[in-house]
Amino acid sequence: MPYSAAINDEQVEVLITDVLEQYGYDFTGYSRASLKRRLLRLFGLDKQVSFAEFRYKIGNDSTYFKRFVEQITVNVTEMFRDPAFYKALREKVLPKLGTYPFIRIWLAGCSTGEEVYSMAIVLKELNLLHKSLIYATDINPTVLEKAAQGMFPLSQMKQYSENYIASGGTKDFSSYYSANYSLAKFDNELKTKMIFSTHNLVSDHSFNEFQLILCRNVLIYFDRDLQFKVLQLFDNSLENLGYLALGTKETTDFSPISKRYKRLETEKIWRKLSDENL
Amino acid sequence: MKTCKALIIGGSAGSLDVLFKVLPALRIDIPFPIIIVLHRKQGTDSLLSGLLSSKTALIVKEIEEKENILSGTIYVVPSDYHLLIEKDLTFSLDYSEKVNYSRPSIDVTFQSAAEIYSDDLVCLLLSGSNADGVNGLITVKNYGGETAVQDPVTAQVEYMPAQAILRANVDRVLKIEEIADYINLLG
Ligand SMILES: C[S@@+](CC[C@H](N)C(=O)[O-])C[C@H]1O[C@@H](n2cnc3c(N)ncnc32)[C@H](O)[C@@H]1O
Repeated sequence: MPYSAAINDEQVEVLITDVLEQYGYDFTGYSRASLKRRLLRLFGLDKQVSFAEFRYKIGNDSTYFKRFVEQITVNVTEMFRDPAFYKALREKVLPKLGTYPFIRIWLAGCSTGEEVYSMAIVLKELNLLHKSLIYATDINPTVLEKAAQGMFPLSQMKQYSENYIASGGTKDFSSYYSANYSLAKFDNELKTKMIFSTHNLVSDHSFNEFQLILCRNVLIYFDRDLQFKVLQLFDNSLENLGYLALGTKETTDFSPISKRYKRLETEKIWRKLSDENL
Repeated sequence: MKTCKALIIGGSAGSLDVLFKVLPALRIDIPFPIIIVLHRKQGTDSLLSGLLSSKTALIVKEIEEKENILSGTIYVVPSDYHLLIEKDLTFSLDYSEKVNYSRPSIDVTFQSAAEIYSDDLVCLLLSGSNADGVNGLITVKNYGGETAVQDPVTAQVEYMPAQAILRANVDRVLKIEEIADYINLLG
């Protein structure tokens, strides 16, 4: 039996429609290849036996729907992922923003928070944390609860410490957390400038003006039209001369906002031009 | 002649040398895309595409997400992402859990491509030290595609192709010097 026989393409569309009608979650602009793979994975994980039962459960059991959202979105993340990116933040972007009296940062699609804590560490080392505020949002409330706790597997710390050093960090990485059984608990001080909230990039609106927006490895799950729509949302939420950072494989090229943005050489970071520069 | 709308080559330890031998012998009017999924260290992407590019007159490019898949082009999957294929013949990148301790995983791409290209797909598995790709080959066969592996005797690390032969009932077992001819005759 081909591995995908359990759910066919039409049934994927049926589920997308159900979920939109019954819960208002709009997955119509998501890349189908990934969505289907996640659906099949969930179907298998939960030992579902038929599509009809799977569909019924998603549509009628709101607890199961919560699990559905958790499982079909991809939540994998790391601290200081792509060290070169954090190096550029540390050396090029944040020093510029450091001249402002107050720095508002939006981290969209923050997942379990590894990126948020990495950002707070860099801000602290540049002596900017006290005047910064990081709004960290995600569609999935469960990952946000985790993020707010600031506890990550201790087993990951060796890798994260290497990433941190490669990103230009010079402190002893272990000075930022205390080991608690199998978990590394990050300092409460880092948390003081974080605000966690659910926000759906597909359906929710702009909620503030920022000097820096990071949204990494989220747009890869969207089709081109939805990508453009979300980039427009970021554009509406970014001050002139503010910065927009995407994942290493994502781009503003081809999108309607691209002409208002100038890319920083090598990294996937763009600066919004001021009106005079247009 | 086997109709081929896409060729996917998967490989791990010991495959780069094979590609270095195969690429220069490929005809430059290949009528389908060639997609290469290689296990490797993070952050070595541009280096790899550069090396492969120096061995062929065909265009070698690192995949950009949502890019159209074109014939006659060799695509390299970026490190640390899985590659999926969309129905409209564009690429999607995915940062989900590793599969077989690997990202990119060869299984993931073989399986995704099988769904899209079904019996017009050819997948080739080269040298390597784990079994990533083997389940993918099984799926490809189920969809009527053709499967081939490097002859384990000629592989620097025989485990991966040997596992495929054991478990996936592969169509072809090819010595290194036979691979280019095999590809050149697909159409
Ligand atoms: C692969 S993770 C990226 C985490 C982190 N930014 C990184 O690059 O390591 C993708 C995240 O996007 C979130 N996401 C998916 N769809 C979303 C949406 N419509 N609105 C907000 N977040 C979304 C998922 O819940 C998940 O946490």
